[in-house]
Amino acid sequence: MDLDLLSNILYAMVRCGTPLLLVALGELICEKSGVLNLGQEGMMLFGAVIGFIVALNSGNLWLGVLLSMAAGMLLSALFALVALVFNANQVATGLALTIFGVGLSSFIGAAWVGKPLAGFEPLAIPLLSSIPLIGRMLFAQDLLVYLSFVLFALVAWALLKSRIGLIIQAVGENPDAASAMGLPVLRVRMLAVLFGGAMAGLAGAYLSLAYTPMWAENMSAGRGWIALALVVFASWRVWRLLLGAYLFGLASILHLVAQGLGLAVPSSLLAMLPYVATIMVLVLLSRDALRTRLYAPVSLGQPWQPGH
Amino acid sequence: MLLSLEPRGQQSRVMLWCSPLLAAGLTLACGSLLFMLLGHPPLLTLHTLLIAPISDFYGLGEWLVKTLPILLCALGLAVAYQARIWNIGAEGQLLLGALAGSALAVNLIDMQSRWALVLVLCGGTLAGAAWAGLTAWLRTRFNANEILTSIMLNYIALNLLLFCVHGPLKDPAGFNFPESAMFGDASRLPLLSEEGRAHAGVYFALLALIAVWVLLQRSFVGFQIKVLGLDQRAAGFVGFRHKRLIWLALLISGGLAGLAGACEVSGPIGQLVPQVSPGYGYAAITVAFLGRLNPIGILFSSLLMALLYLGGEHAQMSLNLPQAITQLFQGMMLFFLLACDVLILYRPRLKLHWTRRAPVATTVGAL
Repeated sequence: MDLDLLSNILYAMVRCGTPLLLVALGELICEKSGVLNLGQEGMMLFGAVIGFIVALNSGNLWLGVLLSMAAGMLLSALFALVALVFNANQVATGLALTIFGVGLSSFIGAAWVGKPLAGFEPLAIPLLSSIPLIGRMLFAQDLLVYLSFVLFALVAWALLKSRIGLIIQAVGENPDAASAMGLPVLRVRMLAVLFGGAMAGLAGAYLSLAYTPMWAENMSAGRGWIALALVVFASWRVWRLLLGAYLFGLASILHLVAQGLGLAVPSSLLAMLPYVATIMVLVLLSRDALRTRLYAPVSLGQPWQPGH
Repeated sequence: MLLSLEPRGQQSRVMLWCSPLLAAGLTLACGSLLFMLLGHPPLLTLHTLLIAPISDFYGLGEWLVKTLPILLCALGLAVAYQARIWNIGAEGQLLLGALAGSALAVNLIDMQSRWALVLVLCGGTLAGAAWAGLTAWLRTRFNANEILTSIMLNYIALNLLLFCVHGPLKDPAGFNFPESAMFGDASRLPLLSEEGRAHAGVYFALLALIAVWVLLQRSFVGFQIKVLGLDQRAAGFVGFRHKRLIWLALLISGGLAGLAGACEVSGPIGQLVPQVSPGYGYAAITVAFLGRLNPIGILFSSLLMALLYLGGEHAQMSLNLPQAITQLFQGMMLFFLLACDVLILYRPRLKLHWTRRAPVATTVGAL
């Protein structure tokens, strides 16, 4: 394998891992605050379709990005209402959100399938992008990928170094104690859910405006679910999330690698790889029940109401 | 004015059954609003969606054809959900059932005896059960979250199916279309009547309905499954073997979904095609919840869901509305159901005046 191919693979790996990273960052914050939102797939698709339609009609890609984030937040607000205010089962509500989001996006997007759009183009940073091997991967991406680096840094700082991170984790670990300390548990959780929605919407916009600038039904192809597995893979730690997202990005471009190496494997078999990898990773990491229990936020998925 | 929720102290049995009806009603109301916004007259659209498709004999037959796979999948899911095993994999289990059934049927094309059909259906059922068994094994042996593994297995099953219709199972005389050969007559489900496509799979569905009802409502195993779902620790204390129950719930769940898949390919379709299921396995999730995980409730909610599927096709043809309207309604219904379920445990109270919350008493100068 020559250097050029390797550099291309690394480039594609980051591109492919970016939507996963974005969704997973949002879900991480959400789960750290104790809320399990299984609706990532639905929010992502809704964000993708809204971003695409807005960008195509207004000719402004950034307006598309902005509104797709708003779209994700809108759906996550629905989730917050039903799961946090009405205290419905979070698993069921998340599933409902996914089914609803998938249906809504296909319904809205039916007239827009296959329309061409000039999406975000790669923007190479001079000098830096000509570093061998990693130059292309880190410095010749499109603007949304750079944005994902910034967002990762922000989330990592917030979780590891800031007071906000402490508050979120306090609420997720022990909502009763956090509430007794005077923290507004429900409000923190709602904001975390909204943040997750915005990130999922952004990931959707990345898919429909940069990764493959078009709209197709179910174009996220399970990335929302893979991101949920990623959070487990990362044991709720932010640096491992970054690693995991790119590893999964690599798994989903392996068909390119196989082509590059001249292997003839049917594409539908290679398309299974990210899903198989997800299962294997889940198996490897969940085998040790104690570990999961130690790292998972204690109140994850449990309803909580003030004054109980 | 302020609407507030007041705990009832116990669950309301009336609301338990009114909430699905309320959810269906709200979905229709929201749907009408949506149609109005899109410039379609709401009453006419609802008529096209819900009444026109089943206003003739052929339509009634199609209704049964669509109900069957949804009902079978949802019955299976109900067993799993009663145990709080979140099996989202009915879609994949259905596809695997269809795939295995087809693989058998294609190799039995020349067989004349009715055993061919038996083999196809059994093969499908077993394959569905095995696919769910994979989830059960990952859960019981490796403690892997069954939601994520079963979803991933759905995608894997779909790709496996695509691989097979493009490769090993492709009809050699099929002009390179990704389809299997048409099955032999012996491995096709008999039709119920000369007209329409309604087929003998209906009997299996009725049988499954009764079996699941007996299992959940009248058997000790069903009781164990429910206890496991309500409180896993309690189930452990009385000595129920929870791993065995997880296996059982998932195998039943997968077997029924697999049977649904085998019935689809040997019934109305007659060959393996890439689009075996327009998301029946996902629809079944909504159906199971809407039917309150109760077999009788599920019968009615699967009829409703099948009607939505038919209506979606009908609305696409006559009103040019996207067919995704079916999924949109599915999602809305599940959302409304979960929101309405708050009324089971809480009573809405309308306060006519803002009342300032009484200040919380604090002690000053003492611990």
